[in-house]
Amino acid sequence: PLPRPTMPLRGSPAVAPLLVLVLAACAARASEITFELPDNAKQCFYEEIAQGTKCTLEFQVITGGHYDVDCRLEDPDGTVLYKEMKKQYDSFTFTATRNGTYKFCFSNEFSTFTHKTVYFDFQVGEDPPLFPSENRVTALTQMESACVSIHEALKSVIDYQTHFRLREAQGRSRAEDLNTRVAYWSIGEAIILLVVSIGQVFLLKSFFSDKRTTTTRVGS
Amino acid sequence: LALYFHSGEREEKCIIEDLPSDTLVIGNYKVQRWDIHKQEFLESAPGLGMFVTVTTPDAEVLLSKLYGPQGTFSFTSYLSGEHAICLQSNSTRFVAFAGSKLRIHLDIRVGEHFLDESVVQAKDKVNEVNIRLEHLIEQIHHISKEQNYEREREEKFRKTSEETNSNILWWAIVQTVILVSIGIWQIKSLRDFFISKKLV
Repeated sequence: PLPRPTMPLRGSPAVAPLLVLVLAACAARASEITFELPDNAKQCFYEEIAQGTKCTLEFQVITGGHYDVDCRLEDPDGTVLYKEMKKQYDSFTFTATRNGTYKFCFSNEFSTFTHKTVYFDFQVGEDPPLFPSENRVTALTQMESACVSIHEALKSVIDYQTHFRLREAQGRSRAEDLNTRVAYWSIGEAIILLVVSIGQVFLLKSFFSDKRTTTTRVGS
Repeated sequence: LALYFHSGEREEKCIIEDLPSDTLVIGNYKVQRWDIHKQEFLESAPGLGMFVTVTTPDAEVLLSKLYGPQGTFSFTSYLSGEHAICLQSNSTRFVAFAGSKLRIHLDIRVGEHFLDESVVQAKDKVNEVNIRLEHLIEQIHHISKEQNYEREREEKFRKTSEETNSNILWWAIVQTVILVSIGIWQIKSLRDFFISKKLV
């Protein structure tokens, strides 16, 4: 939805449609989605972008296998803007050269049996300013500029927090994998040890039990 | 509602949201069906609805409702963890109907820290700054909740790592004991055997 202007409109009525146009051009949207990508599957997402909008695509693989995925970003003409194979994490910024539907796909087709959990964050356009500069008679007051800088700082805190959360989820997934593998390996090895050593002794005994006539006596 | 993806008619698509407890999540979606004859996505498909199912980390169902082709759903998490938001159409057509697919537009907003422009109807400076400050305070609350949740998860992570560590140590000891005792048993058993066979 288009953000409505925050300041009451003053001045000529002709300003209103112009304001709406300006806001439409820089309507910011950010979609972040975490989804599971089954093995041998490909998932594509589409977004309609206006020309000249600056967009950022960031993705990270959270769980599964070697924690990597193929990613591909195409413009409405089909030109590949970004293509990377088996990447764990990447961030790509581009400016839309034309209007239309942009498509980006994540592919797990190289994997035979591991599901991957992928997170991506697609940011379209810049955020609208907190205090729009249209219809202003004075510069921003100290309160307002303090609000703006706090807002920017908090946005970057939330961004870092998200990245940290994803890395932590990745680390925890590896640790849980390791734990189960250690448990299975230990049990398996203990069983193999027992079976092999007891088997050895009985096998050796069986060599000597069969040959009744060929046992040699020492010092007869 | 800008981001969309395609899905099969009877396919269930799920997205995962890792949420701290007490967080409000609002989701907007719009679904369109592919028309074989017109070879395009219909603007409105009568009778098409979506089942929205939200599950908690404990596999408990938090929300399970049927909405129309366009809808808004919301829920508040009471547990912290990975929640799954699943969308499935109520289409009763057979899967064998080739070429049939759905276009699902989706927008999920977590926490109330997004800028709600419609609330801001400021008439004067003081009120506007007030509203901005309230919004900033909301943002800070959200960050603080996430940090608490992060602390819980780091604790779980640390427990798993310590468990792995003690598992490895414990199994190493057990295996050494098994090795040594089996070795002794082997030698003893073979010696007794050879003595009884008068080979030694």
